[in-house]
Amino acid sequence: MTYGTLALTLIFVFIPLVLTRVLNLGLEKDLLIATIRSVIQLLAVGYLLAFVFEAESPVFILLMITLMIVAATHNVQRKGTAIPGITAKVAVTFIFIEVLTQGILLGFGIIPATPQYIIPISGMVIGNSMVLAILFLNRFTAEVEARRGEVELFLSLGGTPKQAIHPRLMQAIKASMIPTLESQKTMGLVQLPGMMSGLIIGGADPIEAVQFQLLIIFLIMTNAAVTSAMLGFLSYPTLFNGRMQLVRKLET
Amino acid sequence: MEDRFEPAVRFENVNYSIDGDLILKEVTGSFPKGRITTIVGPSGAGKSTLLKLCNGLISPDSGKILIDGRQTEEMDPVRLRRKVGIALQDAPMMDGSVFDNLEIPLVLQGKRLEPEAAQSALTDVGLPAGLLSRDSRELSGGQRQKVSIARTLINRPEVLLLDEITSSLDPASQAEIELLIKTLNDRHGTTVIWITHNIDQAVRIGDYTWVMMDGKVAETGEALLLHEPATLQVREFVKGGQV
Repeated sequence: MTYGTLALTLIFVFIPLVLTRVLNLGLEKDLLIATIRSVIQLLAVGYLLAFVFEAESPVFILLMITLMIVAATHNVQRKGTAIPGITAKVAVTFIFIEVLTQGILLGFGIIPATPQYIIPISGMVIGNSMVLAILFLNRFTAEVEARRGEVELFLSLGGTPKQAIHPRLMQAIKASMIPTLESQKTMGLVQLPGMMSGLIIGGADPIEAVQFQLLIIFLIMTNAAVTSAMLGFLSYPTLFNGRMQLVRKLET
Repeated sequence: MEDRFEPAVRFENVNYSIDGDLILKEVTGSFPKGRITTIVGPSGAGKSTLLKLCNGLISPDSGKILIDGRQTEEMDPVRLRRKVGIALQDAPMMDGSVFDNLEIPLVLQGKRLEPEAAQSALTDVGLPAGLLSRDSRELSGGQRQKVSIARTLINRPEVLLLDEITSSLDPASQAEIELLIKTLNDRHGTTVIWITHNIDQAVRIGDYTWVMMDGKVAETGEALLLHEPATLQVREFVKGGQV
């Protein structure tokens, strides 16, 4: 695609701009910011990836992954959560999931150890983990607040914090995993997944595109389970103090 | 009277605050061992906070709470909570049957509740054994409170704390709970500390009384003190009859 052709795609920005003006939605500024940011961010990433792919240095691959983890952690933290010291726990979770998934993919030779494979898959893994982490933390703190009485009941009867929080933790893990599983059930029926579409547009064989997409789907299942469970088990102890008491109201 | 009894629970200069608001102010006093103490006072006087401090669900900002002479902050929280059991306000029930709810204290210890033990736990609080399989959401207010007490009693606590368990009950259910408290105390010598809104009930059932006002202990003594309070503040409260 030439830059001239790309410029033509701005028509798709112009249409919602006109609509928001006509319907008085007041979203003009947001639309312009979103457009400008996506152009700048994606072009920058494109040039950066071109450089990293050409350099083929593990240092640059690591730097890219670190950058992704830092950005994802910052985003989760920015969304706000009442759990103290959550930043480090989120970062540890992202690092673990990245090491686990890349370890399996590279260890079994499922993908070649080149930046062209490692970086995009890492982006999908970390991006997916980020969304899951936000979903999980919101649900978990809401669960604990809404059913504080039940948590205190278990504690009052001589339960440990782990026993008291267990039903709430399981509920939050399950709830954060459901959207991933549900969306995967309908995959291919309603819409073609992004990565598969990209490969097909890029000229890849559709069967090969499907194979890669399946890899991503399976990967994301692990991602969903491990991210929520790990974050849950890392974060629940901070809801209690040394006297096994539930901390006062969680600010959300 | 305080010098004449052995305390099961003793408060010494206890302060407790939430977000800078003092809920309890320099609370000092004792709850006699093997007897029934009622705590009365207006809403917001800090009565429920007192009970949660005894059970270790919360800790004081300063001061000491002693159970059988041992400071709660030095006790293992799990042991403390089994020794000083609390039936929480509103009697929270977990999803499942009455049996499932009665079993919770044992499940927390990795044990199972035998069906016979479950039946006697129910009959001890005046409920029919047939209620064991009933869904906990289908219980009436009085049944719920009794199941909550029976569940707390599974741990065989030495001190039983009851947080406003009769406030939402009809007179017949209230009378049943009163009888249950008396029986538990007579039969097992369990120390009972309970909060009630009803002054007549406090005199009728309690051996000893604490009157809480504005986070402080306004008066303590034999339950009959409520007939002739020493301070004007408590007299006015008792005259109001309700909180």
